[in-house]
Amino acid sequence: MLQAAAFYVLSAVAILSAFMVVSARNPVRSVLFLILAFFSAAGLFVLLGAEFLAMILVIVYVGAVAVLFLFVVMMLDIDFAALRQGFLSYLPLGGLVALIMAIELAMIGSLWVSAETAQFALRSPTPEGVSNIEALGAILYDDYVLFFQLAGLVLLVAMVGAIVLTLRHRQGTKRQDVGRQVRRTREESVEVVDIKSGEGIG
Amino acid sequence: MLEIDLGHYLAVAAILFTLGVFGIFVNRKNVIILLMSIELLLLAVNINFVAFSAHLGDLSGQVFAMFILTVAAAEAAVGLAILVVFFRNRGDISVDHVNMMKG
Repeated sequence: MLQAAAFYVLSAVAILSAFMVVSARNPVRSVLFLILAFFSAAGLFVLLGAEFLAMILVIVYVGAVAVLFLFVVMMLDIDFAALRQGFLSYLPLGGLVALIMAIELAMIGSLWVSAETAQFALRSPTPEGVSNIEALGAILYDDYVLFFQLAGLVLLVAMVGAIVLTLRHRQGTKRQDVGRQVRRTREESVEVVDIKSGEGIG
Repeated sequence: MLEIDLGHYLAVAAILFTLGVFGIFVNRKNVIILLMSIELLLLAVNINFVAFSAHLGDLSGQVFAMFILTVAAAEAAVGLAILVVFFRNRGDISVDHVNMMKG
């Protein structure tokens, strides 16, 4: 009973905020509704018994991705009114595509049946009496360790890519160039001048 | 109605996915909302994965959802970086002029 109520509240909030994400006038509001949608989805994950994933969703999305979006939206000085101009003209096509997609998904949802052999084909059955995090960790570091490392590599590449893309060399600022410092030779940097007494350099 | 099973979660995920596709088609000029719609699509897929994982009692669905989360975070970071560079070069973020980035 309580679970059903929680499910309906969470999914209603998720769907409504997802609708607000795509239809809000101000992108800052879109980002805030995106955060709300992800929070509700995390609640749904808790209901499903995937506590670790729920916490990851909150940490990664609310803590990192949403803040990134918010940062970009606030940093860039964008004329939001101009960006909304095509909204109404794109509405019929978007609505049509969404309708077709919803009908297709409903058809699939009403027609599919679970294979009878599905319960014998489990890749990694949920162990009894072990917490979600412990079970997930055991699988992640045993069966999927290569993929886990590759996921880390993907994040590394994304990090380097984002830095390389946004790095900007400003002209006219003084910066240290270690290569040039090392390449300096005695000939180009030291000059021996024979100074006569009482005359100075000049 | 009060018994929540797999079908309910699949319905929520389907609605979220449809909303994400709708957002991509409607906000064609605003790349930021396009990226957010893609995040919604990936969230819907994740809900499907976790719902089936709970239904079948198979944890690999949750592991896969975690990898999707990783890729989604990387995609958001790189996408926003491209957006920042594009804005710096052009002064707006309208998708209509994105083809100037080729070559």
